[in-house]
Amino acid sequence: MYSVSCRRLCKTFQQGELAVHALADVDLDIDAGGFVCLFGPSGSGKTTLLNMIGGLDTPSSGEITVAGQRIDQMKRAELARLRLKHLGFVFQSYNLIPVLSARENVEFVAQMQGMGAQQRKHKALTILAEVGLQGLEDRRPAELSGGQQQRVAVARAIVSGPELVLADEPTANLDSATAEILMKLFVQLNQQHQTTFVLSTHDNLIMNYARRLIKLRDGRIVEDIDQT
Amino acid sequence: MQTPFLMLSTIAWRNLWRNYRRTLIMLLAISVGVWAMIWMTALMRGMVDQMIKGSINNLLGHIQIHAPAYRDDPSIVNSIEPPGPELTDSLNRPLIKAWTSRIRVPAVISSERESRGVTLVGIDPAAEAALSFLSESITQGSNLASADAPGVVIGRKLAERLETRLGKRIVLVSQDSDNTVVDRGFRITGIFEAELQTTELAYAFVGRDRAQEFLNMADQVSEISLISDDYRNLTHLLENIQATAPDLEVISWDQVDPYTGSMLAVMDGFILVWIIVVFLALSFGLVNTLAMAVFERKRELGLLQALGMQPGYILLQVLIESVILLLLGLLAGNLLAWLSIVPIQDGIDLSAIGEGLELAGMSSILYPVVEFSDIARANLVVIVLGILASLLPALRAARHVPVDAITRP
Ligand SMILES: Nc1ncnc2c1ncn2[C@@H]1O[C@H](COP(=O)(O)OP(=O)(O)OP(=O)(O)O)[C@@H](O)[C@H]1O
Ligand SMILES: [Mg+2]
Repeated sequence: MYSVSCRRLCKTFQQGELAVHALADVDLDIDAGGFVCLFGPSGSGKTTLLNMIGGLDTPSSGEITVAGQRIDQMKRAELARLRLKHLGFVFQSYNLIPVLSARENVEFVAQMQGMGAQQRKHKALTILAEVGLQGLEDRRPAELSGGQQQRVAVARAIVSGPELVLADEPTANLDSATAEILMKLFVQLNQQHQTTFVLSTHDNLIMNYARRLIKLRDGRIVEDIDQT
Repeated sequence: MQTPFLMLSTIAWRNLWRNYRRTLIMLLAISVGVWAMIWMTALMRGMVDQMIKGSINNLLGHIQIHAPAYRDDPSIVNSIEPPGPELTDSLNRPLIKAWTSRIRVPAVISSERESRGVTLVGIDPAAEAALSFLSESITQGSNLASADAPGVVIGRKLAERLETRLGKRIVLVSQDSDNTVVDRGFRITGIFEAELQTTELAYAFVGRDRAQEFLNMADQVSEISLISDDYRNLTHLLENIQATAPDLEVISWDQVDPYTGSMLAVMDGFILVWIIVVFLALSFGLVNTLAMAVFERKRELGLLQALGMQPGYILLQVLIESVILLLLGLLAGNLLAWLSIVPIQDGIDLSAIGEGLELAGMSSILYPVVEFSDIARANLVVIVLGILASLLPALRAARHVPVDAITRP
């Protein structure tokens, strides 16, 4: 069974007179439980592809199926529900809610999913400890470094055990030691819970952890490497 | 999905204090707006209420009953019989606080030096006390003791004009029921002072029985006047009385005195204009800032949706924030209104500018009148305006997730 499936996926941005083909005829199947890394030069369409899969942006044409549901025609509210139930998102910029502490940021998603107060507090603290933020739980984003904020964002994405985690350059702001901790955590989740991971990166270290590497250039898949 | 109401409220509350200066300015705008609406309305209502009560006190009453032709020709030929048993029953109902019958005819009053036209009013002083100003306004001598007391009571200004004083005699000249000119001398037994000079010049009060005898009108009277508990709400009472006196004209104070009656409508107009003025001032301040506050956070609101929050909850989030702000502002505004009205509850003395006010028919002490509907309206205007102002940009925010801002730094 596929976790993600794209058919003839196109996304064209109109920039004045100019049409930018951010994705051009992408066909892609990702197995459930897969660990996939997207790479390629800047502007090659990594973020665009992740946004399409996450239902944040709608394709110009083509089909996308995520968690067994066609999402390319879905309504805004349905997409939000899908993200909440099945997806964890780590954005290229951390995007935390500034008025909430690290723990509250993590708990927020769990609460929307209906997790009880005790359980979500416990989970949030555990996960924050796992990403190395013990003792910083009650700080607001503004009181955390870029790397620390990124780790909070990762904790938020995985707290409720989603089926699919989409992470856009999750280690861009981390030192290599922390990056490694994070990747090990991802691998662990992937192995224990069959969580599917789709990451994008410029970092070779991360690519080493992936079982499948997909190279994009000018909105097309130019290489698809099996690393198992 | 569970409504994360508490979380939304927490975010809303903290958001408010994130830009505390703007929040304080908005609170100030809201509270001053509400205060201004309530306070000014209370003063305007007080002013008009004062004017109307003054007129009612000035022999107007709430309802008058007379012969159908009396208002066109208020002379003795248009007198009526004293109330029969059915009308008396009707007048003695509990809703009517007091009633009396009067003689009221044009007359000329003369001292040995001067003459003036006045209205000769024949009263029953005991019944009259509950209806009009006279019993409380005697400053020299005394009020008429009964309906057949022998003297006359006139205003201080009239005495001055006639160059006469307490204890002196004057002569009243009028027409009797046969259109014969009659005259009779009366001793001045009381002098009254009124808020308005025109009142002091207008009347000569004598006992009702004496007037009837003087004018040869047996026990006939010119009018019956009554007051109920509320001058604004007379329709029902008018109908009931009219039913028991089908041949007489039964009319309310605002028909007798359309000028004063129109004050109510004029005031409602003023209040409306005032509310519109405050509303516009608020619109510029509040609407812009609320809209800005939402607009600035488009990206954050989009993020909530990207994290899986339903678009409807984005609206709820904004709504909670505005409602907290509005309620705080309203609380402060109402408190401010209360604080500024309580100390002047017993009236503020405007005698410094009193001369001008007297000309407008008002007394120089102003009592604010607070009506629940005015408070409700002021609060409603602000709540509705505030919610609309923040909901419209929030709707836009909920409909559009700024994907670029969130995912491409
Ligand atoms: N809103 C937009 N309007 C116009 N062009 C856009 C828009 N968003 C993205 N693009 C273009 O689409 C192409 C793909 O962009 P995308 O952000 O997916 O690249 P990327 O691979 O994530 O790059 P990076 O490694 O720098 O993050 C780029 O050429 C970009 O300029
Ligand atoms: Mg990118």
